[in-house]
Amino acid sequence: MSSQRTQRQENSEAAARTAAGVMDEPARKDASDILSEDRDTLLKMFHQMLLIRRFEEKCAESYSLGKIGGFCHLYIGQEAVAVGAISALRPEDYVITSYREHGQAIAKGISPQAVMAELYGKATGCSKGKGGSMHLFDARVNFMGGHAIVGGQIPLATGIAFASKYQETDQVTVCFFGEAAVNQGAFHESLNMAQLWRLPCIYLCENNMYGMGTSAQRAMSMDDVATKACAYELAAEFVDGMDVVAMRRATQRAVERARDHSLPTLIEARTYRYMGHSMSDPGKYRTRAEIEKYQERDPIKLFRAKLEENDLLTEDDVKQFEEQVREEVERAVKFADESPEPAPEELATDVYANPLR
Amino acid sequence: MAVITMRDALNDALREELARDPDVFLMGEEVAEYQGAYKVTRGLLEEFGAKRVIDTPITELGFAGLGVGAAMAGLRPIIEFMTFNFSILATDQIINSAAKMLYMSGGQFKIPIVFRGPGGSAYQVSSQHSQALESWYAYFPGLKVVMPSTPADAKGLLKSAIRDDDPVIFIEQERMYGMKGEVPEEDDFTIPLGVAEVKREGTDATIIARSLMVPAALKAAEELEKDGISCEVIDPRTIRPLDIETIVQSVQKTNRVVIAEESHPFCGVGGEISAEIHEQAFDYLDAPVKRVSAADVPMPYAKNLEQLAIPDFLQIVAAVKEVAYV
Repeated sequence: MSSQRTQRQENSEAAARTAAGVMDEPARKDASDILSEDRDTLLKMFHQMLLIRRFEEKCAESYSLGKIGGFCHLYIGQEAVAVGAISALRPEDYVITSYREHGQAIAKGISPQAVMAELYGKATGCSKGKGGSMHLFDARVNFMGGHAIVGGQIPLATGIAFASKYQETDQVTVCFFGEAAVNQGAFHESLNMAQLWRLPCIYLCENNMYGMGTSAQRAMSMDDVATKACAYELAAEFVDGMDVVAMRRATQRAVERARDHSLPTLIEARTYRYMGHSMSDPGKYRTRAEIEKYQERDPIKLFRAKLEENDLLTEDDVKQFEEQVREEVERAVKFADESPEPAPEELATDVYANPLR
Repeated sequence: MAVITMRDALNDALREELARDPDVFLMGEEVAEYQGAYKVTRGLLEEFGAKRVIDTPITELGFAGLGVGAAMAGLRPIIEFMTFNFSILATDQIINSAAKMLYMSGGQFKIPIVFRGPGGSAYQVSSQHSQALESWYAYFPGLKVVMPSTPADAKGLLKSAIRDDDPVIFIEQERMYGMKGEVPEEDDFTIPLGVAEVKREGTDATIIARSLMVPAALKAAEELEKDGISCEVIDPRTIRPLDIETIVQSVQKTNRVVIAEESHPFCGVGGEISAEIHEQAFDYLDAPVKRVSAADVPMPYAKNLEQLAIPDFLQIVAAVKEVAYV
């Protein structure tokens, strides 16, 4: 009883610090120090960010060519969040997210071919062509899906974390969602249960400032998402979502809290999406100047500069990465293009695991 | 055979399945320390502990979704709604997550979960606590919907539902928890989902009834017997997938059909069954299919109005006479 009380107090204090805008000591260190990281790890992250950027640019092109249908939500501008956070996980950890999930899917280890084929509605897609852009799944890498009702994945993540605790594994679940999802009851109900039952779940809010065309300022009574953790005595952190190393470090701390102490964390990553909400959004609710302002702190540009500053990356390396990524994306498009459509019989499969009749 | 209540039959099914499979857990409001709002979960906390019998906050969307997520990660949750009226808050997770997960993941994530609790009318609890929601859930491919009408069916079907790999909506009837009936004492008694039962054989008219309307239909059949009308009573037991073959076979024999249900008539399960009968057995019908349903109004509180809203055996008797042209 007394140790639980102490934990509650600690959480409360951490949340109060977050509420006051006070950065914890480790968070301050993140901002400058990358030398303690292994070079291979850093370059792998750089490669992933570049791959996601070019992959998404190709998606925009394919969408306008009519190769991709339906809704298509691009991740350009937010790459540091997925890449940094997922770099802090073990392969067996779970990731679940919203409909803007091409980046997380690739970072978690689904091949760009399988993702592109899914977007093309092909049988070789990671959801056999039945899910599309908003419903990428891959059980082999514990990628638990893109979910397309705003906030709907948050209770699911809570349940996945519940299962890990029940099964006594030390797996951690990371749940990505946008800041608009925070206004849904599902978010609040989940945080309450997660803290009440001490579930190893990391709630990672990607605050990209807009819920479709409505700015967060017009939709939230307060500016900071992380502050909301106070209401449930959850540990919380506020992170620069344009800084991939800061994202990695913050997630590592949350992973430790989850894995070693079975406690949830709310992370608010401040980021920005360069493209519209979806491909059909002309973006008239914000100015070009605003977009350009955020592009000055482009996550790939920032990371590249930091790596170069520390002699971890040369211009030649960048050229090589660009070439490698170009080939990977081309391979993905070729694979998607040449793959077969799902067979007509697929229409009626996978409705039931035990169809009965 | 032991004679036990529906409540105890359900309790036995839960106990046996919790004992059988460590991946099964039970979660809901007041299921543990309070022993269940309707005492269906009595004794389970003591027997299986707080890890597997879990009281929740009043947070239906949250714990329904938690259950679906746990199922994605390999567990077999039983989620109790104190009543199905409260499941309305959880429909996003039941419909958009549970029902569609297997399909939209291309077959990768099955959701073996049971959502259970009482549904239909209760006693004078008015509009928000007395409603039949089976037609909502039966509408969605991906869900299975089960409604038992006897203690034996309750036990056998619930055990099958818990072992099934798909999401099952298991709707009990609050007024029937105290109803007694014989339940086989054999080890591991189960009843397969998707199979109707002929509750009474007859030759002149078929009454299709589920849940609370089954005893009403049987009573109506007894009354009609006195007038020389022999009724067959069929309980589909599983609403989706519907055992239409058993129904059609009966229609081919009796040529007359009454469908009794305590749900609203409009867009209801009765309308669906009627349509299927017309599609598959039109040539065998000697009269239009007749529905007996709840009044098409929200449930009133006043006792006399409530009685008028819920169909009783006399309405079924009248409906059978109507289709029999007597």
